Amino acid sequence: MKLLGATAVEDKLQDGVPQTIEQLAKADIKIWVLTGDKQETAENIGYSCNMLREEMKDIFIVSANTAEGVKEELQRKMCPEAAEEPSVIKSRAGLFWLKKTKTVQDEKVDGDYGLIINGHSLAVALEKNLRLELLRTACMCQTVICCRVTPLQKAQVVQLVKKYKQAVTLAIGDGANDVSMIKAAHIGVGISGQEGMQAVLSSDFSFAQFRYLQRLLLVHGRWSYIRMCKFLGYFFYKNFTFTLVQFWYSFFCGFSAQTVYDEWFITCYNLVYTALPVLGLSLFDQDVNDRWSLQHPQLYCPGQKNQYFNKKAFASCVMHSCYSSLILFFIPWAAMRDTVRDDGKDIANYQSFALLTQTCLLIVVFTQLCLDTYYWSAVNHFFVWGSIAAYFAITFTMYSNGMFYIFTSTFPFVGTARNSLNQPNVWLTIFLSSLLCILPVVAFRFILIQLRPTINDKVRKHLRQTLKPSGLLSPAPRRLLRRRSTRSGYAFSHSQGYGELITSQNFLMKRPLKRASLFPQTDSPIFQNQPQHYRTITEESEESPSP
Amino acid sequence: DVKSYRKVQEDDDADGARVGGNEKFTNRPDNTAFTQQRLPAWQPILSAGIVIPGFVLIGLAFIGVGVALFVTSRSIQVLERDYTGDESGTPCASCANSNVQNCICTLNITVETLFKGPVFFYYGLSNYFQNYRRYGTSKDDNQLYGVLNPSDNCAPYAYNSNNQPIVPCGSIANSMFNDTFKLYQTVNGTRQEVSLDGKGIAWWTDYNIKYRNPTNNPLKDAFNGSNSGLFYRNFLINPIYWSKPAYELDTSDPSNNGFVNQDFLVWMRRAALPDFRKLYRRISQDKYPDGLPAGNYSLEITYNYRVYRFSGKKKVVFSNVSWMGGKNEFLGIAYLVVGSMCVFMSIVMLIVYAKFKFPDEE
Repeated sequence: MKLLGATAVEDKLQDGVPQTIEQLAKADIKIWVLTGDKQETAENIGYSCNMLREEMKDIFIVSANTAEGVKEELQRKMCPEAAEEPSVIKSRAGLFWLKKTKTVQDEKVDGDYGLIINGHSLAVALEKNLRLELLRTACMCQTVICCRVTPLQKAQVVQLVKKYKQAVTLAIGDGANDVSMIKAAHIGVGISGQEGMQAVLSSDFSFAQFRYLQRLLLVHGRWSYIRMCKFLGYFFYKNFTFTLVQFWYSFFCGFSAQTVYDEWFITCYNLVYTALPVLGLSLFDQDVNDRWSLQHPQLYCPGQKNQYFNKKAFASCVMHSCYSSLILFFIPWAAMRDTVRDDGKDIANYQSFALLTQTCLLIVVFTQLCLDTYYWSAVNHFFVWGSIAAYFAITFTMYSNGMFYIFTSTFPFVGTARNSLNQPNVWLTIFLSSLLCILPVVAFRFILIQLRPTINDKVRKHLRQTLKPSGLLSPAPRRLLRRRSTRSGYAFSHSQGYGELITSQNFLMKRPLKRASLFPQTDSPIFQNQPQHYRTITEESEESPSP
Repeated sequence: DVKSYRKVQEDDDADGARVGGNEKFTNRPDNTAFTQQRLPAWQPILSAGIVIPGFVLIGLAFIGVGVALFVTSRSIQVLERDYTGDESGTPCASCANSNVQNCICTLNITVETLFKGPVFFYYGLSNYFQNYRRYGTSKDDNQLYGVLNPSDNCAPYAYNSNNQPIVPCGSIANSMFNDTFKLYQTVNGTRQEVSLDGKGIAWWTDYNIKYRNPTNNPLKDAFNGSNSGLFYRNFLINPIYWSKPAYELDTSDPSNNGFVNQDFLVWMRRAALPDFRKLYRRISQDKYPDGLPAGNYSLEITYNYRVYRFSGKKKVVFSNVSWMGGKNEFLGIAYLVVGSMCVFMSIVMLIVYAKFKFPDEE
């Protein structure tokens, strides 16, 4: 034969793809590949992305065409001793537990497995009778690669995971064939670039390179979750406290719905006094800065487990509100019960009491916000201190002579601020109630950090210690320790036999190595319609001496 | 290694649409500290170095303040006497049951030691819900500021059965406390009156700013309907429960008459809680500059205010004041308790920190 030439097609991976996949895997995110490429290409991509690794225990290939074949392949491969049917838990979820869900349980595996399934088999496996089995098998694997899938099948796979697993799905793609998958997933991400803008137009988020996914999830996604949870917890706390104080007062006013606060305070409370600080908290708060978030993907796990705002967190928020409201009513009540001003005049009147309780409430609520804020930028400082100043400014204005002259019956509290807030016992009451509300929280949080530090606490402490000596130091970049892969990435479009020869690198190594025999079959299996096996060939490292 | 798969560097910049060709950076977001969330910030954490000393300091400060408050409160003298007369044998029981107007009863009070001045004389009411919502809204600030027609808030105390406007209208004004007191000291068997000073017992802002009489001189003219406005077709009459009209609240002193009468102002400043006391008079310091000397006193009460129907109670209170106001032991005790709890918690936290720190550092 006379060799005329060679052609090759190079399909490049983007920058940073293996590192991204590795980081996301550390963050407990399962990654599946759904591609229209053929099996060898997909497999090579898998190896080069470090999704399929040589140290995986086994990599299974499902490429049968018939239902029985697929079923047999799926079932007998992974856990031969596993149950015949996948275990499905039926439960109720959602608001008022109205939604019925069926969940396929995760099963234990002993080692890392990979699954490669092609489009034909997938079409069979996605049928009603086999899909749960497919899901169970796929979830037992570290990596799932589906090759030769049609766009519809991509969407179907995503829907399968969405329906039967209590998991959030994210689909990322760059071509028009990914649009259905992007739309089917919970979060769709489109990569803009060479394949056009179709994926971008149908996605929730879009960016230009795959590696930005790391930042999207580990930095922005995580921050967004933390901010949202803090915001919700704080918002419920401040409103429950505000309302429960009125509830306690109702026992002392004949249950006549008399508000313990001034009506203008009630109007301005959520609108003016506490609006901007909580906005600052939920827009700017960061517990760990972005570099460290990327370096520690384990910080992502609390969000996956919904640890920061769940029923338990809500219940503890309500308890905290109850306690705060008891302090915020009964301390002023006991302090003002039978006393007078320092010149003998009245201080236990309704208007002074209202002013006292509302000032106590506001100071407690602000201090709680200060405790919750971990990232005090200039904007946060401005919002918090500005809001406190605005409260006093607005209060003094509303209770001033001028406003009373202009709007007599609208501002009847004239003179209250001047006559109450110059009394030492009023301020002593305010300090007492604020500290009595805040100090238990501080003590509780401190003791919890000492006894059961979360990954968050540890990273923040480490960050603080690193920041101390000089400005902004980034953490020592950790080298990705990957063993030099001795696998070469080649794919051949026709028969298998030569492929095994090339991929074994037999002729590339200088020293002969012991290994299992490579060519059990001499004739090509393609015509026999048998599943193609790629046995992983374990190589010894180059440094070891030859036997 | 993925060197063979590395994308060519120039493709990195093709973030934006390639349509224009030259618009390479159209979609690139701003790289400012604000938009990229890199604002310089203070990032505090709850470290032991701040929390534990903080708790100790707060605890000690609170204990100090608590001691001061407690000692001050102990030094304030208070004398209370209930005169409801709801049970027979108690003072003023005779007046409580009879329906005689201006029934007079006498209360005998013994002062053991010198009651240091200035001594304030209060009347107190119990089970009296001045903080009831409908009661509280039943007044007209405009009217009390000089514009005399009653507003609808005052209903049903805005007009009487003859459709005459009531001035001052509303339930709060109508229920004004009308017992009067006279204090006599028994010296060598004779009764000497102790003069009581009623000037400046209400807030300065109430007297000067919030309440204002109509400008007519004499004040009576404002109430005969001759004032401007077709509205005043009839005489303006006093509230149903009052025995005399507003312009006769204090005929001896025009600056204490009408809406700016001190007792009226004190009553209009409604109380926050069902048990309250309101300032009635001060023991005037002309004859008793040091306060009330020890001895026997008798208090002559004109019992007009009926509280029997709602199981209310009435009392008189003599008290002096200090920088923290009247006698209130709660604040002192609360500060002491909280201060000691802070110190205790700081010790607990120190133990927890010491115990759990060392394994952490390994």
